[in-house]
Amino acid sequence: MIGRDSEGEAPDRTPSDHADVCVVGAGVAGGLVAHSLATAGHDVVILDAGPRFERSKVMARLEKALRPEHDRTDVWEMGGERDQYTKSLPDGITANLNLQRVKGIGGTTLHWSGGALRLHEKDFNMQSRYGLAADWPIDYADLRPYYASAERELGVAGGDDNPFISREQDAPMPAHPNSPSDRLFQEACEELGIRTHSFPLAINSEVRDGRSQCVGFSTCTPVCPSGAKYSGDVHVRQAESAGARVIDRAPAQSIEHDDDGTSVVAVEYATPSGEVHRQTAQQFVIACGGIETPRLLLLSESDEYPNGLANRSGTVGKYLFSDSSVSVTARIDETANKTPIGYTTMCSDEFYDHDDPTPGTIQLRFDNVDPQSPVETALTGGHSSREQIYKEPIYGGSWGDALLDETQHATDNRTIRITAGLETIPHADSTVTLDRSKTDNHGNPVPHIEFDIGPHVVETGERAIEIMKEIMDTIGAEITSISDPESQRLANHHNGTTRMGSDPSESVVNASLQTHDLSNLWISSSSVFPTSGATAPTLTIAALSLKAADHIDNKLSS
Amino acid sequence: MELTRRDVLAALAATGVAVGTGAVLRSEPGDDGPIGDHEVATLVAVAGVVYPSAVEGVESFVSEYSVTRVRDRPTYAAGVADAVEALDEYTRDWYDEDFADLDAETRDRALSGMDVDHADPDPEGSERERIRYYLVNELLYALFTTPTGGELAGIENPQGTRAGPRPTSGGRTDGGERR
Repeated sequence: MIGRDSEGEAPDRTPSDHADVCVVGAGVAGGLVAHSLATAGHDVVILDAGPRFERSKVMARLEKALRPEHDRTDVWEMGGERDQYTKSLPDGITANLNLQRVKGIGGTTLHWSGGALRLHEKDFNMQSRYGLAADWPIDYADLRPYYASAERELGVAGGDDNPFISREQDAPMPAHPNSPSDRLFQEACEELGIRTHSFPLAINSEVRDGRSQCVGFSTCTPVCPSGAKYSGDVHVRQAESAGARVIDRAPAQSIEHDDDGTSVVAVEYATPSGEVHRQTAQQFVIACGGIETPRLLLLSESDEYPNGLANRSGTVGKYLFSDSSVSVTARIDETANKTPIGYTTMCSDEFYDHDDPTPGTIQLRFDNVDPQSPVETALTGGHSSREQIYKEPIYGGSWGDALLDETQHATDNRTIRITAGLETIPHADSTVTLDRSKTDNHGNPVPHIEFDIGPHVVETGERAIEIMKEIMDTIGAEITSISDPESQRLANHHNGTTRMGSDPSESVVNASLQTHDLSNLWISSSSVFPTSGATAPTLTIAALSLKAADHIDNKLSS
Repeated sequence: MELTRRDVLAALAATGVAVGTGAVLRSEPGDDGPIGDHEVATLVAVAGVVYPSAVEGVESFVSEYSVTRVRDRPTYAAGVADAVEALDEYTRDWYDEDFADLDAETRDRALSGMDVDHADPDPEGSERERIRYYLVNELLYALFTTPTGGELAGIENPQGTRAGPRPTSGGRTDGGERR
């Protein structure tokens, strides 16, 4: 007998017959691939380890996000046995994977901040230009039409004012307006000859595709109550409307190949009732992000692939990297008024493209986010940050007028900050492997991450701090803190662990996102990035997913 | 600074209660359910301690917010009622009166005496932890997700408050070919 889900009758989680495509992972990558292929008339099944999140509970998630009594991982129900991992990180480097990713329909884009930026031309050619890392097997020009498609699909609001990006079309929506604090930075940058421009966001600046425009809840990360921010569930729903089938709470356990190891025959998945099924298909797409994608391949070891499926190169799980950042915070005499919304609206790519290898790419982002929520300060009795609560488990004892004083101090409207995104060069010894000493709720070894940043980030960070200090000085701001370039966290973007390349001995997938080793296995994820500049990967993930869908469609149609 | 109907609607919206601008807000708890006049009066009395003195219109704000907030949420309502009972039990032991019947100064002393001010808010925790969660923090959450709460804190738009659509500027809208 099939068990019941927590909220009513259990849906049918048995496999589909005669599926053309099985997509593992229902985030932005899986959603776009599934939607494209279902729209093209193919029979698509999507598996995801997590649940469908009910839209009706979005405000309850907002309350969890705002109230410090709740752990941030509660918002999207991350954590527990299913999501365990282990890590080995050097001093100064931190990582909290379950704050950074979401399992479920929509995936990590449910809590992303919406930055929808293109890579630059040089990002695709780091080895040939600078002797760093590896070149992509494609160029910016190859991806440019897919970037334009991705911007239309996600719904990007952005201006045509970035002089450092070659575009063929404008973004589909006008940019969000600058804030008063943006104008402070803009004037200083103009004086210094630093060009600023709008920051493209997959957040509706006007009503579009049946979704609201932004109404300013200021909580994009971790939850957008209005639905103005794009998330992957948009395309999963559209895929379902086009005929795709979604099986939620169905974590893939392993991938099974044919006798000679040249193609995949099925994905084995578990259900909440404890059953294990096999989903067969003609084509298989793994779209599980930079941690779970290599883990699934490593879990799928066989006699033919003793080091993990599609891993004849030995690079599955290697080259884990993420963009890094440094920031400079300062105090000004006038009010900053940077809080009407919750996201960056202006940035500068003036220092993105560089001549010498190091210091590398810097992207300046002018923070426009309230530094401290008054709710958080008030509900902790005057503690000024959630971090302080962790350090001092006894809650602050203020209320009434004393609490208001603390809250006004914590939400000081005279603080401004610049954050610089920094290019990170991937290293082979930053890895995702299996920790066989610890297992998840299905008895599978959990992922183990090792990650370090290397000297390129530190030197780039030092250069970025010089630039940001100069801007603050020009504003006349008093600098109050500068972050340490050597102290980094593995950011929300997990790249590189099944990287693209032309050489099958050094990479996992080819320029079509097809694995070198198995002809019907494709990977659509930031895990294929050989490098990623200094910016967020989501738009590039989306563009690559649309590219992969085209190749899979061609293969199915031929 | 006066709390208005707009603030009640904003605070309720931040808790997921579906309210439109034309919604009828009830401040009378009704006969059924664990939240009655005494529980509402106790919440108003707690707000008198934990809200800044500059805030006006507390009674109608707390009444309308609390009654609407717990409607259709029996588990939550039971948590609030249970916390009120725990608070009353403490004040009856120490001051021979329910919390709502104490004068303002004694209310403040009672909450502090119970160590509610340093308690970890926990809906499943000890009495003082539940009072902190269901009464103190509940009321502070309501206040600081309102436009008036944001203004008090000194920012234009506190997180969790629906500020309304912003006008767009710059950028083209035709999506046409450029180069």
